[in-house]
Amino acid sequence: MDPILELSGLSKVYPGGLKALDDVDLTIRKGEIFALLGPNGAGKTTLIGAVCGIVRPTSGTIRAFGHDMASDWRQARSRIGLVPQELATDMFEPVRRAVSYSRGLFGLAPDPARIEEILRSLSLWDKRDERIMALSGGMKRRVLIAKALAHEPDLLFLDEPTAGVDVELRKGMWAIIDEMRGRGVTIILTTHYIEEAEMMADRVGIINRGKLLMVDEKDAMMARLGRTEAHITLAKPLASLPPEIAHFPVELEAGGTSLCYRGGDGTGKGKAEVAALTKALIVSGIDYTGIDTRESSLEDIFVSLLGEGEGAA
Amino acid sequence: MISWRSTWSIYTRELMRFLRTAFQSVLAPVLTTSLYFIVFGAAIGGRMPDLGGVDYGAFIIPGLLMLTLLGETTSNSSFGIYMPRFTGTIYELLSAPVGVAETLLGFVGAAMTKSLILATIILVTARLFVDYSIAHPLLALVYIMLVAAAFSLFGFILGIWADNFEKLGIIPMLFLTPLTFLGGTFYSIKMLPKPWDTIALANPIVYLVSGLRWTFYGKADVDIGLSFAITLGFLAACIAVIAYIFRTGWRLRA
Repeated sequence: MDPILELSGLSKVYPGGLKALDDVDLTIRKGEIFALLGPNGAGKTTLIGAVCGIVRPTSGTIRAFGHDMASDWRQARSRIGLVPQELATDMFEPVRRAVSYSRGLFGLAPDPARIEEILRSLSLWDKRDERIMALSGGMKRRVLIAKALAHEPDLLFLDEPTAGVDVELRKGMWAIIDEMRGRGVTIILTTHYIEEAEMMADRVGIINRGKLLMVDEKDAMMARLGRTEAHITLAKPLASLPPEIAHFPVELEAGGTSLCYRGGDGTGKGKAEVAALTKALIVSGIDYTGIDTRESSLEDIFVSLLGEGEGAA
Repeated sequence: MISWRSTWSIYTRELMRFLRTAFQSVLAPVLTTSLYFIVFGAAIGGRMPDLGGVDYGAFIIPGLLMLTLLGETTSNSSFGIYMPRFTGTIYELLSAPVGVAETLLGFVGAAMTKSLILATIILVTARLFVDYSIAHPLLALVYIMLVAAAFSLFGFILGIWADNFEKLGIIPMLFLTPLTFLGGTFYSIKMLPKPWDTIALANPIVYLVSGLRWTFYGKADVDIGLSFAITLGFLAACIAVIAYIFRTGWRLRA
């Protein structure tokens, strides 16, 4: 797919010496949902700020839609939308006027029909003449999305769109993001909710301490780093691993009362091996009373990668 | 290339912000001007001599106009840019395809418009108390617009420099207002004893008040050319500072 955004050697060092971005290289493809995962202070918002013109990079280049953001920023920015993490908007303004202002700010002619369409799609039409301060937190966040969509961007940044919102609203937000994807908008989503990335993203990037640790297709990442873990509770404790099952990646635990399998690659290989292991146990006359299996989630991968990053640091 | 739609959006939004507090914005200068005329015009003015053939009540009109103009223009413009920084809404402006031209024309244009509205209100209010005429109305308008532009830019710089509300108010309160009061608003510096009449010339506001007074009555404490030159110099200095701010992103972009 065509690259829509290309970051090359992007670094940002704040005046206090904090290195918020450290030589980041990243390419975003047209039409994808890219989730940037990282703990608080990892550099996610700085990366967005650098692309959107809020943060001045210390070094590196940013190209959006083929334009160099340092020189052709007008053309590039006109196609980028940003929904910030904070609920930052003029709270005294009515919803429709605030959204119309955003469209005008980006140099587009007034289009009441388009504004109505956006407000309706975000269930804000009934609130169009209400002051933003009178809306609930979830509605305010939708207003920010409406403002970001008012100039019909091709690339949309959503900085922690579901931070601090309840489960129902989070699901509603996912539906909105899905709908935007359906309209062909490329979305870059920052989050520290792994579940969100797992649900929505085509590709995932993991960032910590300003370094992009890994970027991959979500499914490929799961396949490459995913693991199956099975705990088999034995009917009788074993003193050592019998040779019949020694070729499996297993070990005894809990004083020999439980057998732990850790293996697979996230493609289902682990499940098949666990099935083969249980057959081998039966053939060997080793009885068991329970099996507990689980596939590692993106969260496990995330935690593991962060652990490796910290270990290396 | 400048985007006029973006400029218009910023300009109209800033004016809407002004209109949200229209009652206060209009009533405050009317009340303040009336009080000055009651105190200085009626109570004290009767005991003052004519100043170069101009009745004291009429004499103070340009000074009062300048007093309100400098304070309101600076405060409107500084709040206009400071509040988005304070609340975080500046992200939208910074991420939009707008540059220094759109931003300045929008914010400063709106602050200038508000100043012209206020100037009109003050002049109409003054007319209720004093009979006066303006010798050079076109020059007066140009001069008011120049001063409004310069102090809108100055306020814009203040609004970017300030990182708390105290800083936002400290320059207008501790420097601008005292200098305006000491800048010949209510008197001619020729009335001052020596060496204060000479020392007063170090106050830049003297040239602004004097310049506006010249456009009203054709006479003033300092040469009108010098007043225009100082006003234009201040305007140019403010533009240079703002150009630097936008070029470097100082206090605007992290």
